[in-house]
Amino acid sequence: IFSKASSSLEDLGESSSETDEDEQPLHRQEGSTDLTPEYWGIQKLAKYVKGGDPTATLIALCSMRDFNLSQEACQLAIKDTGCLEVLINLLDTEEIKCQTGSLKILKEISQNILIRHAIADLGGLEIMVKILDSPDSDLKCLAAETIANVARFKRARKTVRQHGGIKRLVELLESISVGSSCPAKDTETARCGALALWSCSKSTKNKKAIRKAGGIPLLARWLKCSHSNILIPIVGTLQECASEPSYRLAIRTEGMIENLVKNLSSEHEELQTHCASAIFKCAEDEETRDLVRKHEGLQPLSVLLGNTENKQLLAAVTGAIWKCAISRENVLKFQEYKTVETLVTLLTDQPEEVLINVIGALGECCQEQENRGTIRRSGGIAPLVKLLTATNCALLVNVNKAVGGCAMEPENMAIIDSLDGVRLLWSLLKNPNPDVQASAAWALCPCVENAKNSGEMVRSFVGGLELIVNLLKSKDKEVLTSVCAAIANIAKDQENLAVMTDHGVVPLLSKLANTNNNRLRRHLAEAIAHCCMWGSNRVAFGETKAVAPLARYLKAKDPLVHRATALALYQLSEDPNNCVIMHENGVVKLLLAMVGSTDDALQEAAAGCIANIRRLALATEKAKYG
Amino acid sequence: AAMSRKARKLLLDSLTRSAKHFNRSEVECLVNLFDTLVARARSDFAGAGFDRTVFRDTLYSAFGMTDDVVLDRVFSIFDRENKGCITVVEWVEGLAVLLRGTLEEKMKYCFTVYDLNGDGYISKEEMFQMLKNSLLIQPADEEPDEGIKDLVEIALKKMDHDHDGKLSFTDFEKAVRDENLLLEAFGPCLPDIK
Repeated sequence: IFSKASSSLEDLGESSSETDEDEQPLHRQEGSTDLTPEYWGIQKLAKYVKGGDPTATLIALCSMRDFNLSQEACQLAIKDTGCLEVLINLLDTEEIKCQTGSLKILKEISQNILIRHAIADLGGLEIMVKILDSPDSDLKCLAAETIANVARFKRARKTVRQHGGIKRLVELLESISVGSSCPAKDTETARCGALALWSCSKSTKNKKAIRKAGGIPLLARWLKCSHSNILIPIVGTLQECASEPSYRLAIRTEGMIENLVKNLSSEHEELQTHCASAIFKCAEDEETRDLVRKHEGLQPLSVLLGNTENKQLLAAVTGAIWKCAISRENVLKFQEYKTVETLVTLLTDQPEEVLINVIGALGECCQEQENRGTIRRSGGIAPLVKLLTATNCALLVNVNKAVGGCAMEPENMAIIDSLDGVRLLWSLLKNPNPDVQASAAWALCPCVENAKNSGEMVRSFVGGLELIVNLLKSKDKEVLTSVCAAIANIAKDQENLAVMTDHGVVPLLSKLANTNNNRLRRHLAEAIAHCCMWGSNRVAFGETKAVAPLARYLKAKDPLVHRATALALYQLSEDPNNCVIMHENGVVKLLLAMVGSTDDALQEAAAGCIANIRRLALATEKAKYG
Repeated sequence: AAMSRKARKLLLDSLTRSAKHFNRSEVECLVNLFDTLVARARSDFAGAGFDRTVFRDTLYSAFGMTDDVVLDRVFSIFDRENKGCITVVEWVEGLAVLLRGTLEEKMKYCFTVYDLNGDGYISKEEMFQMLKNSLLIQPADEEPDEGIKDLVEIALKKMDHDHDGKLSFTDFEKAVRDENLLLEAFGPCLPDIK
């Protein structure tokens, strides 16, 4: 019954959870008259940088580094004294020492957002990219590290790419010997290259460029290294790029999952976070989920749930667990580690980014009946129902799914109902976000099915039936599919079906019949089948032209569609006019093929429908010829 | 006077040992070069070495070194016994530091170059001497020397760790270890390897 909730990773132009700074940075008040002592100190040195020969310049540059360059006052002093232009001009000379001295300063001050925008505006990036060709490896490292800082906004990343920077940065990852002994100098060059690539990879086009430049096998090679200072930017880059399917494929096929799992046990929390993030993104794919299990990654993930202090780590880990739990074999494994119980403890007092993933995970775990009970016994149902009042849409989607999953057990359903959960779900149908609407409708299906006095309960929601029938006017496919499924359930109660008929459910369903979407077809046919059981609805469906399209559904390849359609057609065939239409549309031949099916319900419905059509044909013959 | 073959071999062996950074064939090349230079020099030294002029020309054409003050100092360093000419041993061993010296060897070398009067300290006056032509663009309203004096103060502030107003080798060494770029702080005196 459940649909797979759409992935939380929309493919935007930029990806990743890190904030980007594309708006023009706020300018300080111009013309401020109180110049700091740092300003004067730096201005004095600026004289020699601007007007001195290389020897004087170097002395001044080295002295400039005695200022606290991480302090904003100093950073801005360098800019305001016109030193920044000179520093960038120095990069354009052939004097390696001056270039080095300049970059050592630029690397520090480019941590400041105003400075890095200024560096980009002054054409500094292009020059730094050129420096990546230098034979001096210290210089290359400095250039790469500075690029890593400057490329924190979109325009800068584009500039790097447009001047051939990505290719050169990837080349920094090429080193002569990468084995278990990584020589220090090669590692340092690669580390700086990886830092820059990590920054640059936030742009989608750069992710592609890195791949085209042959970056992936190099990233894979360095992943086998054991130095955490290079592993962090390497994994950082990989998890950033893992929003691209081509990267996910490569991560899988180049054996990187094994290394990612291994590094979950690192002592460095930052490294653990990035590995978990990478797994989170890659586990969209089934093969990856299997690989994580095969390399025994599920247990370390579960263990890391104990680290509740580091919220970024917790968010990444819960995300990874969520996606891994899509596969049933993984859910069974998680049961061994009592993951569900631990997840329930995380339902309170956690930031939203953690909650979304925790609940996503619980929702997936509900595919196993035992877990639905575990959630109840651990006291998880109440916090879940409470979250139905949240405002964050991504959170609501997951909560709906989890509540729906729990609702499959009558014991759970009793608790949900007592906490007013069904009413809360129903009112979420009013939420403007279609994903929220759809997930709420899906969740309502088991609620309606398993609640005690379900019919009465539904009737008690004022305006509820009108609301859900009107959702059949939505433009969103998922909403339509879920609402049909819900209506199919609701219609099992005669009174409610009568009310829905009054609200025009029949013509609205018929209007949807012309669709090629198999999931929609299936649930629509089920809804029609159940809605036939009131008054003259069968006739009305015929009049609103639902029958002919339904006949076409039998040509689909999906057995679930066949079953639902056969059920609907059987019900509709109680009306003679519908039989005529079905006969004209070649239904008999198609249903005959299904009479031999192993699916009992399909078999019976097909046979029943054919029988009705034949009976009518016989009666017509008799009437004609007396 | 030409050397006998045996004597030459002994010389090459001994030099290969003492100038640790060169291998034997490199030593041989340098010795051959030495012979060429001696032939070019004045014959005052009876073929035992070549003089300051030849030395400065050679360093200029080979390494692009142009500063007179520096070149004089370098010659004095090579010419250990202060005789006015460079012998083959001094030549090879001196170049070993210039071209392939370790950081320690280069630090000692540079410090000695900059210590113009050889008293074991680089004084403010010596710094002034070496930096006096380093400010290419002078602000119009300033005394020309003021700019250089300020630069000397800046350098001192950066490198004078024991605050005694002059740079001892200890000061210099620490400064260079903290920041390698300061090795040739007062002017280029090592070959420019591009």
